[in-house]
Amino acid sequence: MKHTATLSDALKLGLTEPEWHAICGIQGGEPTYVELAIYSLMWSEHCSYKHSRPILKRFPTSGPRILQGPGENAGIIDVGDGWAVAMKIESHNHPSAVEPFQGAATGVGGIVRDIFTMGARPIVSLDSLRFGELTEPRQRFLLDGVVGGIAHYGNCLGVPTVGGEISFEPSYEGNCLVNAMCAGLIRADNIVRAIASGVGNHVVLIGSKTGRDGIGGASVLASQEFDETLEEKRPSVQVGDPFTEKKLIEACLELLGRTLVVSMQDLGAAGLTSSSSEMASKGHVGLDIHADRVPLREQDMEPWEIMISESQERMLTIVTPEYLADVQEVCDRWDLDCTVIGAVTDSKMLRTYWHGELVGDIPARRLADEAPVVRTPPVRPAYLVDDPVAVTNETYPQPPDLGAALLELLAAPNIASKRWAYEQYDYIVQANTVQIPGSDAAVLRIKGTRRGIAFTTDCNGRHCYLDPYRGGKAAVAEAARNLSCVGALPVAVTDCLNFGNPEKGEIAWQFEQAVEGMAQACETLETPVVSGNVSFYNESFGNAIYPTPVVGMLGVYDDVAVHMDHRFKNEGDVVLLLGAADAAFMDGSEYQKVRFGRVEGRVPDVDMELEKALQAVLREAIHRRLLKSAHDCAEGGLAVALAECAIASGATGGGASADPEARSPRFLGAQIELSTAVSRADLGLFGEGPSRVVVTVAPEQEHAVRELAGSVPVTRLGHVAGTSLVIGVNGRHAFDIPVPDLYRAFESLPVHLT
Amino acid sequence: MSNSSRVRFGVVVFPGSNCDADSYHALTTFPGVTASYLWHKDTSLGDVQAIVLPGGFSYGDYLRCGAIARFSPIMRAVTSFAQAGGLVLGICNGFQILVEAGLLPGALLRNTGLKFICHYVNLRVETTATPFTRACSEGQLLRVVVKHNDGNYTVDAPTLERMRTNGQIVLRYADAKGGTGADANPNGALENIAAVCNETRNVFGMMPHPENSVETALAGGGDGRHLFQSMIDHLREQAS
Repeated sequence: MKHTATLSDALKLGLTEPEWHAICGIQGGEPTYVELAIYSLMWSEHCSYKHSRPILKRFPTSGPRILQGPGENAGIIDVGDGWAVAMKIESHNHPSAVEPFQGAATGVGGIVRDIFTMGARPIVSLDSLRFGELTEPRQRFLLDGVVGGIAHYGNCLGVPTVGGEISFEPSYEGNCLVNAMCAGLIRADNIVRAIASGVGNHVVLIGSKTGRDGIGGASVLASQEFDETLEEKRPSVQVGDPFTEKKLIEACLELLGRTLVVSMQDLGAAGLTSSSSEMASKGHVGLDIHADRVPLREQDMEPWEIMISESQERMLTIVTPEYLADVQEVCDRWDLDCTVIGAVTDSKMLRTYWHGELVGDIPARRLADEAPVVRTPPVRPAYLVDDPVAVTNETYPQPPDLGAALLELLAAPNIASKRWAYEQYDYIVQANTVQIPGSDAAVLRIKGTRRGIAFTTDCNGRHCYLDPYRGGKAAVAEAARNLSCVGALPVAVTDCLNFGNPEKGEIAWQFEQAVEGMAQACETLETPVVSGNVSFYNESFGNAIYPTPVVGMLGVYDDVAVHMDHRFKNEGDVVLLLGAADAAFMDGSEYQKVRFGRVEGRVPDVDMELEKALQAVLREAIHRRLLKSAHDCAEGGLAVALAECAIASGATGGGASADPEARSPRFLGAQIELSTAVSRADLGLFGEGPSRVVVTVAPEQEHAVRELAGSVPVTRLGHVAGTSLVIGVNGRHAFDIPVPDLYRAFESLPVHLT
Repeated sequence: MSNSSRVRFGVVVFPGSNCDADSYHALTTFPGVTASYLWHKDTSLGDVQAIVLPGGFSYGDYLRCGAIARFSPIMRAVTSFAQAGGLVLGICNGFQILVEAGLLPGALLRNTGLKFICHYVNLRVETTATPFTRACSEGQLLRVVVKHNDGNYTVDAPTLERMRTNGQIVLRYADAKGGTGADANPNGALENIAAVCNETRNVFGMMPHPENSVETALAGGGDGRHLFQSMIDHLREQAS
């Protein structure tokens, strides 16, 4: 039974020769096959963060509100009145690229478990998604499957999916990104950490039976690039059962709420192996696991398969003997398996037994916290340039019809309404949703208080490609700006760092630069990183994705009643631009890509002091109820931001009809006269730059806003008026488009999907 | 208000119910109303005066929606309660369960768009002669959210004719102007039917979610209150 493994076994499992020798050193000889299988998972990039650990130390991770930083299943932030929010974002890119529906569904399941493992009730999900261009049938298949999988799992659980983002770039064609974020509410004094303790306590496995699904998910899928063997990897993808997860949520929250368990850890990547070694390592204890006692879905499973299976909807708990019967009773009531599979020991070893025989014996610390670190020397990629592009009439001819250019941008998949996707998600269950998807951030109330919380996810991969440092910084700045636009104070970050193969110098350079940019922005904005995930090897056939460090951010309200949206509200309101009026650039813009088919240049650097001041002004103005609407100027520039405010003015939130007039009684347009120092009208309208927000105010409040703004530039753009968006630039008429026409262009995404 | 005048609701919890807490919460926003949970394995309803079967995915709904839940022990008690004239409100999955249990006519098929849908709809009140809509006015539009995979109501022609005659079609999907054309139909439901009641008018099923529209501070608005208020008024009148 006790097979000894060989170097060639190790190489097949993805370990390197130096790692093999290190393992032999720790084990005092050649490991058993069970031991080797365990090492191969725990030392994989996905579980060990061996390429990223030293660099992640750059992030600020603490602050007065932070109750739990990185290192647990989720970060936890104090949000007032004794309440705290647990949050985390995690990638499920590789499984989703192989099997989009189940890959995305189990991504949601995994991140939700991370939240309720801490004792928090999951109250909101967001999803940040990236695909190749929708003109490719496979990309439409992936989008359809991923959105369907998220809907299937999240809707069944009753956790509202209230926000997120979807964008499309050719670089994601062979490797889509599916980043799922979840947050939960918990009383600040009830936090549970995944630390095993109490020698003699039971190790109890709760939830689904264990099968062969997902064996090697972390090592086979998430720690290698994709090639023509993609289809062969389908068996490595797990299958989700949201019904069992729903029961698991209720049962586990009851167990934690009644303090019937000592601690809890979900079974994620590397299954029983990672959960047991992490719990043991954190508690400085050992765990004995009897693999033969694990309830199985398939007969004849080998002990190593049982130890690394990634079957979903399972929880590992530590239970004192006196509460075991109570734990059994709760699980019976919810029709969940509940099995004692081992015990806590003082050995500090993770020991695996098979029908009484010891088949694996590894120091827990070595697995969970001491995987070898790998440092790839960074190499600055040759494609990078130092200067912005020269916008000339030869390289970038100005379009003759600026109105047509706006409609083209509104219909571009990256800008167009994602209603097709978010209307497949239950975004209102749990009765906390204050603001539905489609605005700058999701807003929820906290029941029984005046408080509220807001969430967003942001990252412009194209900007990060053109300059990872500036792009990383801008992703944090934009996430915070989105929260400030709805009136919430940004307080913490969870990040999902999606990159290519870290064994390549260029990727290592992109990673370090992006982290540096993000860290600086987090420091200035006082938004520490409390949790997150690194996803490397996002490559197919040797081509890496754009560096995509997705920022998930939490904002808080003392009084959620002040929350703001971007809809134009009243005829006659003054339209103002807060921030850098002339900061409108071609480089990395949606306009550059859609109109000219290019991605080039160098994105501008965010002036963090201006950014911080702008956001403070915005929040204060919202708090004093001076504003009617606020909207971040992002993809598509000023003209698209104005168009979105006009489109949203009539959309009171969904409806069956595709006809704008039947959906909404009225739309509000605007009369805009833009004076700009930017060289060309099209750049002034569609160029992109950071730190710009469009707001509307009642005419009598304009003065108060200008006073409040201080050093932050305020530019008057015009008025909310009529039912058309009418824009002139430097005294010349640019276009006059009825809002329902803008709406039709903006809502044209489903056309690509039929 | 004396304790005896409090109106007592029971909210049934099946494994997989996920709007049970929202229904409970919605009821507690009405003064003088108490709500309690009833477990699917219970065989008695206690002293409640009205039952809510909430939305969700009972038993996962991996088969036909509601097909397993209707065999739950509590459904025997719910059926007796309904046959004795007790008020039963089924929302979404609750509606599907009532149809599966034979307490309401018709069936709920997969949405014609083959996708889960979640968005606001306008509901036109077709009749106020029910304990569930008596606080509304005829033709009133209620803005409430739908969220379901299988809300495409259908029924055979003779039954439909009987339902029309009896005024059992209670709510229809409408556009912003009250029109009930195909354009306003989110899921393919026959004649835009969103809610129906039984012949004795005490069992009511609806696909949209009034429990998510009871607070104007939230995105859902407050239009769902009219339906709960109707039930509460009816129960108070009965008790007095």
